[in-house]
Amino acid sequence: MAERPFPQTLVDFPRVEQWISFDEAGVARIFTGKVEIGQGILTALAQIAADELDVSPSQVRVTSGDTRSTPNEGVTAGSFSVATSGQNVRLAASAARRLFAIAAATLAGGEAGDISVVEGRFLRGGSETGLDYWALRQAVDLTQPIADFARPKAPAELKLVGGAMARIDLPAKLGGAAFIHDLDFPDMLHGRVVHAPSLGARLEALDKVDLPVGARLVRDGGFIGVLCEREEVAVTAADRVTAGARWTANPDGDVDPERAVAETNAPRARSHEAGVPTAQAPARCFEAVYSRPFLAHASIGPSCAIARWTDGRLEVWTHSQGVMPLRAALANIFGIDPSNVDVAHAPGAGCYGHNGADDAALDAALLARAAPGRPVRLVWSRSDEMTAAPFGAAMLTALSAEVDASGQVTAFAADIRSPPHLARAGWCDGVNLLSALHMASPSPWPTILDLPLKFGGGGDRNAVPIYDFGHVIVDKRTAQAPVRTSALRTLGAYLNVFAIETFVDEIAAELGVDPVGFRLAHLTDPRARAVLERVVDIAPWSQECEPGKGLGLGLARYAGHGAYCAVVAEVEVEDHPRVRRVWAVVDAGLAVNPDGVRNQIEGGIIQSISWTLKERVAFEGAAAVSRTWDDYPILKFPEAPRVHVEIIQHMDEPSLGVGEASQGPAAAAVSNAIARALGVRMRDLPITRERILAALV
Amino acid sequence: MTILDVNGESRDVAAAPDCALLYALRNDLGLKGTRFGCGDGLCGACNVLVDGRAVHACDTPLWSVEGKSVTTVEGIMASASGPTILESFVDAQAGQCGYCLSGIVVTAEALLRRDDSPSREAIAAALEANLCRCGAHARILDAIEAVAAERRRARHG
Repeated sequence: MAERPFPQTLVDFPRVEQWISFDEAGVARIFTGKVEIGQGILTALAQIAADELDVSPSQVRVTSGDTRSTPNEGVTAGSFSVATSGQNVRLAASAARRLFAIAAATLAGGEAGDISVVEGRFLRGGSETGLDYWALRQAVDLTQPIADFARPKAPAELKLVGGAMARIDLPAKLGGAAFIHDLDFPDMLHGRVVHAPSLGARLEALDKVDLPVGARLVRDGGFIGVLCEREEVAVTAADRVTAGARWTANPDGDVDPERAVAETNAPRARSHEAGVPTAQAPARCFEAVYSRPFLAHASIGPSCAIARWTDGRLEVWTHSQGVMPLRAALANIFGIDPSNVDVAHAPGAGCYGHNGADDAALDAALLARAAPGRPVRLVWSRSDEMTAAPFGAAMLTALSAEVDASGQVTAFAADIRSPPHLARAGWCDGVNLLSALHMASPSPWPTILDLPLKFGGGGDRNAVPIYDFGHVIVDKRTAQAPVRTSALRTLGAYLNVFAIETFVDEIAAELGVDPVGFRLAHLTDPRARAVLERVVDIAPWSQECEPGKGLGLGLARYAGHGAYCAVVAEVEVEDHPRVRRVWAVVDAGLAVNPDGVRNQIEGGIIQSISWTLKERVAFEGAAAVSRTWDDYPILKFPEAPRVHVEIIQHMDEPSLGVGEASQGPAAAAVSNAIARALGVRMRDLPITRERILAALV
Repeated sequence: MTILDVNGESRDVAAAPDCALLYALRNDLGLKGTRFGCGDGLCGACNVLVDGRAVHACDTPLWSVEGKSVTTVEGIMASASGPTILESFVDAQAGQCGYCLSGIVVTAEALLRRDDSPSREAIAAALEANLCRCGAHARILDAIEAVAAERRRARHG
């Protein structure tokens, strides 16, 4: 493993016992601040722990994201979890194994170096000692610092990491109670809330509502909800409250959110500049503008939370990506000390970024306050999931390039218009949970800033090309839009990679050179070159396509720190554009669970194809009106391509995040394939049949 | 009070006759594998079998299934089909968040009961109204193809 600084989280949570417990017979329990959001992180962490401890994966259990017991590892986001929490768990587990080996040597005689461990049993010189982790538990002091004892295995010693491991959570999810939605407490009430039709609207009046028997109205200023013993009654009651609620007109009036972004007068700020301008005048200049709409996270399972107030203490079960920041925000809203708020994670449906999870937690807490001592389960409606949760930001990326007489790009500039991509609890001052706006004493709404490029960037994420383009400038205009925007998988990288990789193809085509050779001529990073060269090897890149079909290519390294990914897509345009087959090559450094990596890359590609060909939040004025799956269609089974993913494994390199690596390259591969098939350049997302027809005439 | 035939057992539920089947299954009978997704009958997360046909439990009132046989994903997984389905989905690692899977298993079971050798295209067409947001489509199709192949092998030797 390449040398890396000791992780800060292990300075803040330095003791072995803060990460691992052997207090349950036969179980090694790992504590992690990272949470399962559909990406398989708990499986990868269990795999890492089992390997370092020399226990079987079936002996590992994971407690994740619980303010009462897990280390604070921030928010599960940015494709960092294997890289950061994986390293924390690796070091903690290796320290635990060493402490136990020392104790085993003391009891069994000999040196710690003579001790080996098989499925949790300690052997000396290959012979059983009769000792295991659990028999030794009382002889070991787990308050010892990890830093003093950690000796993680060398890559050659790893037995599980780098091999296949089945998702530990999949069997339960296939057919039974497995999600936060399925938690069932004795005496639990069912709640629903009625949200405003747009971000700026406020409750003006609530007409007398004829509630069904057993339903109770809960209000705090303009926050309105219902509580019932039975869930179906809560649904009916919420429908009646919706009909009786009258809202103020949106102060943003008829501002169309997409136009607000495109026509922003926000100041242009420099995010990045590198290289120096050349003295020579360019031989050719190129310019193009690319855009994406607002996108919904649109989980299949709507946001859900359970809350209970007992004697001024609040307990919350949530599928939030960050239990610690959520606890702080809830404590702030209710004016109580954070130590009086317990927040525990339970898995939701796939999250894909900052969706309604945190907002639902506040909604549940507000409802539960009206029924002290009783757990209240709150589920959002499909309409709220589609329209009340934060959106992925609409963007416009204008690119320009100068090329010299030899065909080398000597200057590149990106000018990006985008609302902020990060409005999580804890990121900005103030409280940005939806219903806090509507309470009788509303909490101050934060000034939301975009994430600076030095922290990975928001609108400008991946706007710095992977290529050597001489003088490179990236500018960003952080637009104000009358809707809530926050992290959707990849943030700005989806559009910026789509834009750059489409632009590069356009320039190569204009210059009459091969798009692969053109990229390689500007690419020095050997790992980027390797994924690119390999993907055109495994795809039928050099074969002639049938009429109406085309192959296209996209390449990126996610956010400059994540995995390298190159994608080739085969698109057929008949009635609608259809992606038939996709090939991808990924370099994620040490791929802990290669099949898990493949699954993430495949999923990212298919989700990106859905964004790229189908998705766009619809607005009437500033109010989102795409409320159902009919209004907001996503890719369906008959439209899903076959995907072939190959991994370049590096057992001796740090793990690199993969959850957001493939979306940008996949979008570019699709648009470049359409250009090859039809000869038209599609620069505005989504690439619909109507837009293709308009481009063709 | 409504009497339902669920997974081969006669069950009394307290829910009113116009209550959606979904809430009676989940909250009265504790069968949490039937999941709420949209309430509009558009995503398939709540699919159950009614007399062998896949229907949306979210917009099916209890009165309409009285006297009919309701099978949930728990019933399918506990049946002779269950082990093959589990093994095939685990082998293919067919799923990411997993929220859509139980409804997909129900739709696939309905398909395989009427056609034991569906093409991949036929499986995809049968799943047209089951949404997956994570992009696990290709693996889910692989898993269902494997279930079908195993069932044919068991039936025909």
